Amino acid sequence: MSASAIFILDLKGKVLISRNYMGNMDMNKVDHFMPIMMRMEEDADSSPLVTHGSAHFLWIKHRNLYLVAMTKKNANAALVYSFLYKMVEVFKEYFKELEEESIRDNFVTVYELMDEVMDFGFPQTTDSKILQEYITQQGHKLDVGAPRPPATVTNAVSWRSEGIKYRKNEVFMDVIESVNLLVSATGSVLRSEIVGSIKLKVVLSGMPELRLGLNDKVLFEITGREKSKTVELEDVKFHQCVRLSRFENDRTISFIPPDGESELMSYRLNTTVSRTHTHTRVHTSPLLHVNLLSSVCQVKPLIWIESVIEKFSHSRVEIKVKARSQFKSRSTANNVAIMVPVPSDVDSPKFKTSTGSCKYLPEKSAVQWNIKSFPGGKEYMMRAHFGLPSVESTELEGRRPITVNFEIPYFTVSGIQVRYLKIIEKSGYEALPWVRYITQSGDYQLRTN
Amino acid sequence: MTDSKYFTTTKKGEIFELKAELNSDKKEKKKEAVKKVIASMTVGKDVSALFPDVVNCMQTDNLELKKLVYLYLMNYAKSQPDMAIMAVNTFVKDCEDPNPLIRALAVRTMGCIRVDKITEYLCEPLRKCLKDEDPYVRKTAAVCVAKLHDINAQLVEDQGFLDTLKDLISDSNPMVVANAVAALSEIAESHPNSNLLDLNPQSINKLLTALNECTEWGQIFILDCLANYTPRDDRESQSICERVTPRLSHANSAVVLSAVKVLMKFMEMLPKDLDYYGTLLKKLAPPLVTLLSAEPELQYVALRNINLIVQKRPEILKHEMKVFFVKYNDPIYVKLEKLDIMIRLASQANIAQVLAELKEYATEVDVDFVRKAVRAIGRCAIKVEQSAERCVSTLLDLIQTKVNYVVQEAIVVIKDIFRKYPNKYESVIATLCENLDSLDEPEARAAMIWIVGEYAERIDNADELLESFLEGFHDESTQVQLQLLTAIVKLFLKKPTETQELVQQVLSLATQDSDNPDLRDRGYIYWRLLSTDPVAAKEVVLAEKPLISEETDLIEPTLLEELICHIGTLASVYHKPPSAFVEGSRGVMHKRLPARTGSCNILIMSKLNSSLLSPQLGGDIGGSPAMGAGFGAAPTVMPASLNAPVGGGLGDLFDLGGGVGMPMGAYIPPKTVWLPAMKAKGLEISGTFARRAGVIQMELVLTNKAMSVMTDFAIQFNRNSFGLAPAGPLQVLTPLGPNQTIEVSLPLSTVGPVMKMDPLNNLQVAVKNNIDVFYFSCQYPISMLFVEDGKMERQVFLATWKDIPNDNESQFQIQDCHLNSEAASNKLQGSNIFTIAKRTVEGQDMLYMSIKLSNGIWVLAELKVQAGNPNYTISLKCRAPEVSQCVFQCYEAVLKN
Repeated sequence: MSASAIFILDLKGKVLISRNYMGNMDMNKVDHFMPIMMRMEEDADSSPLVTHGSAHFLWIKHRNLYLVAMTKKNANAALVYSFLYKMVEVFKEYFKELEEESIRDNFVTVYELMDEVMDFGFPQTTDSKILQEYITQQGHKLDVGAPRPPATVTNAVSWRSEGIKYRKNEVFMDVIESVNLLVSATGSVLRSEIVGSIKLKVVLSGMPELRLGLNDKVLFEITGREKSKTVELEDVKFHQCVRLSRFENDRTISFIPPDGESELMSYRLNTTVSRTHTHTRVHTSPLLHVNLLSSVCQVKPLIWIESVIEKFSHSRVEIKVKARSQFKSRSTANNVAIMVPVPSDVDSPKFKTSTGSCKYLPEKSAVQWNIKSFPGGKEYMMRAHFGLPSVESTELEGRRPITVNFEIPYFTVSGIQVRYLKIIEKSGYEALPWVRYITQSGDYQLRTN
Repeated sequence: MTDSKYFTTTKKGEIFELKAELNSDKKEKKKEAVKKVIASMTVGKDVSALFPDVVNCMQTDNLELKKLVYLYLMNYAKSQPDMAIMAVNTFVKDCEDPNPLIRALAVRTMGCIRVDKITEYLCEPLRKCLKDEDPYVRKTAAVCVAKLHDINAQLVEDQGFLDTLKDLISDSNPMVVANAVAALSEIAESHPNSNLLDLNPQSINKLLTALNECTEWGQIFILDCLANYTPRDDRESQSICERVTPRLSHANSAVVLSAVKVLMKFMEMLPKDLDYYGTLLKKLAPPLVTLLSAEPELQYVALRNINLIVQKRPEILKHEMKVFFVKYNDPIYVKLEKLDIMIRLASQANIAQVLAELKEYATEVDVDFVRKAVRAIGRCAIKVEQSAERCVSTLLDLIQTKVNYVVQEAIVVIKDIFRKYPNKYESVIATLCENLDSLDEPEARAAMIWIVGEYAERIDNADELLESFLEGFHDESTQVQLQLLTAIVKLFLKKPTETQELVQQVLSLATQDSDNPDLRDRGYIYWRLLSTDPVAAKEVVLAEKPLISEETDLIEPTLLEELICHIGTLASVYHKPPSAFVEGSRGVMHKRLPARTGSCNILIMSKLNSSLLSPQLGGDIGGSPAMGAGFGAAPTVMPASLNAPVGGGLGDLFDLGGGVGMPMGAYIPPKTVWLPAMKAKGLEISGTFARRAGVIQMELVLTNKAMSVMTDFAIQFNRNSFGLAPAGPLQVLTPLGPNQTIEVSLPLSTVGPVMKMDPLNNLQVAVKNNIDVFYFSCQYPISMLFVEDGKMERQVFLATWKDIPNDNESQFQIQDCHLNSEAASNKLQGSNIFTIAKRTVEGQDMLYMSIKLSNGIWVLAELKVQAGNPNYTISLKCRAPEVSQCVFQCYEAVLKN
């Protein structure tokens, strides 16, 4: 079905720890993995799936480790990769960070976890909060209360245990939108999309039933409230806890949340085609926030960059960059960092900016222009001057894009709003939901000439 | 305090010291010692010598220690099987521990110890655990059945664990259901025709209910299992699709892909004019696009699958071209896949954008990516005619960059563009010729030479250009040599006066100084053509070439269908069927998309037919068709010394064709009337069965003896012993008029529902037409089910023969048969009855034969043939002795016809 065995290797290919799940393959076959990887690297080739004879290796890399699944069957590859990433997540929640040291320091627990998260190649429980209820990091004696598998492990609600108690019941929601942008060298927007995520921090007692209301266009159409400002979500993905059939039927987002932090849902909107949207400003406040201002405008790229990079061979590089914020002046982008690529052999940098500061980062072959606070509707300039060596480097350099990082608090570019979050628990407590909105840069690339 | 301290001991007497510590009275010390042992094991030291000492620590009340000892056992039990028995008692005891965690741990670990002696003891505890009150134990036990089956399949069957496992599909706990499904699927994989999962509308309904409740992984098990089901009709198909679509919103990409697999497969059954069909198509696009925001490895799997989906149903993503635009920081494997999909989606509507992107990519630095981008421009030119001109000018721009590999790649694709659009872009030849010197890759050199030869009449200095290549003829690769030979012959035919010397030179280089047979052959053919009949030579060499197709690397339709059934798996990533890379899967049924029910689906049928033909063609005439023709009569100019051996070799080859080695083809019984017209309102059906190229076919003759026209034919089988079922609809495309007869061949599969019939080879058939439904039954020769890979290894044969109890042996007489043993053996082989060995004892030939049925049953036979005696004796041995009678009948039919 999936993996015969799973290995964690260091960068040199040495096995740090492994687990043979099916016993149907020679564990030494993993020794072929690293030589193949090195050969591929020499050929500037790379693939997440490598083969040696009848053995197939599916691998991911995390920090200084390779996590490798080995199989000889027609395994479900999507499941394997997804599982490997889940494993990383579990280890991280146990050991803070997953790296060579944390594996050595906790090898007994690692073995225990590997035994529990997969059986005969079938992934089992991978919810670290539930695992922590019965795989703890200190030894147990059977007679003095050895842990039992919590009922949660096998329950339909496999992500939340019963009997959780808090004095004060609250839910914190973060609505985070990332803007992915790809602009051609000629300045036309090739692709612009918003990937949103709603994150929860749940501090609730018992087994609460939650219902989340968004200004979802499809929902409003169903309920006949088309006049309100709505957002058309192109695709939505939910945490295991959300009842998908219910959403499919009437667009209701209902769920029993996991305790603590989790990502409830993510959504995606394509904004390449111009569309109208709402501009929302909300302060962190108990839920009854109001859509204070909604003005219709195009989704222009939030921060627009125009650049001229002139290279005079054997002598110098001159760079002119203009950055413009294309959102309302009442919002402000924070920690804006504009990375402009320069050839790897430049020297003697000189900068001039109308605001913020510049830094040459030789290790990244780039200039980083930092602007702490960038209000909407403003335009700033930066000029940079570099020397070039008289002997030209023979190495061809790719034309890397300009990338931009930023975040804009109290603002969602899509105009999505949390209309309500209903919390019902049989003990009848009152709970307060808190919502916070933020927009940030995702993969934000502008190609250069 | 961390565990890393356990790794630090490197003293000399380590093992000895550990032994002492393991046997210590102090519990804490013991535990520390076991940890040190496991640490050593982890870093790859052999600590198997400590086996008895570690096992002694097994009976402990410390859970952590117990887990460590179990871990040790899993690793070393195989190397110390005898001592491993020591652990059995504790295992059995732990399986009854009051703590479910311990019970599950014990049964889980025991299943991982692949030692026969241990397995025997596993059965009783496993039986109890499968019925345990705690779902955690039951879900672990369910998986354990699959483990045990992998070690000893017979044991699992004998102990009735499969039935218990099937019962667990109805368990009240979703996790138990999911694991039971996973275990059964795993077992079914090694028994493809066992019908283990027994999917029917009721069980499907249970699975769909569990789908809503189990973990993300469980959902994948269930979806993958659902994908193996073939719904009865389009209504069932739609209702399953409706219940699966919500999974497209799951956060786990693997759940999404498995759901896509089910939907892509079941969609096949929905009528295209159905509203729901359109809805479903629309629902598939957004989740596929979202997969591109996943981790790079998952993106890669998604892209490889999207590549298949785009070929199968281009309409799903035709508006999503832009999401496949390459980002600078995409890993190279993602970039290459995106590029491939971009070309597949390129159309007149989006070609401008695509070209702008490709041009951008062609100036990147990653060589592989750049090459592929240049090639892609060429493919766009060929695919979208309106863009050809723009593509050519883009390619010329790229040639101007003088980047070596860009130029070479561009020339290769321009050659294809010339072929697709003859007499249109030849004005660029001059520019191409300027770059002649920089070409150092064979493919580019060959392409350039082809261009020079093809357009020799328009290139003034074509002879000079070609001559310059001739200097280093022997250092060129074969590809270039062949191309050069052809180009110069073309040149000669176009400008005979000034190039005579050149052509002489190349012909002698190719025929006399080369030891490459392909090159020599081609040289001789040209030589002979030119010397005997220059007009014919012109007709052959300068013949009009067939157009090249638009899509060059489309996956062949049957393979594509199979791969769609494997979405999300390695097969879908490799674009290869599992049988190509999974050992021991050769006999496994290839997965197929379901056929539409109701009206005939011509599309699928024609695909099916083409797939039946192609392997034959590939094998039989895929070789070198030119060979025979070229050497039919040895050319006079050919050196005599070469003539003899080559001619002889070919003669030998031809001999093989009609010789003894070839099987004679399967026995096909004569057609008999199955349904007389009287019983079927004028419809008469006669028919027979045949096996052709590994496919079972029902060959029907339908005669309309009524007064009115008959239309709307369809056919269905009742459940039968070997799961025979129509693999497609009955193909009667035109109405059948009065007194008309039509012959139809219906391919059959063996994956239908199974029910034992009496006699075993009985088949109940229902045929429907516009008038009524008619029923009849017929009997098929069981030899139809004999599969092509039924030749057993000698050793296996011997062992199996001994292994099958004597009670299962049956003896028959075949009378009045006048074949010698060799002829008999050949004849039988035509019907996939394979002779494995022959022994002659006292003038009596004993032939040992094996047969494999489509459901995996083996039949072993011993045939005694005595010279001069027309009566044969045959003994059959089979684990399922009820088939023997039918097999005997086949022997008789095959040998006597």
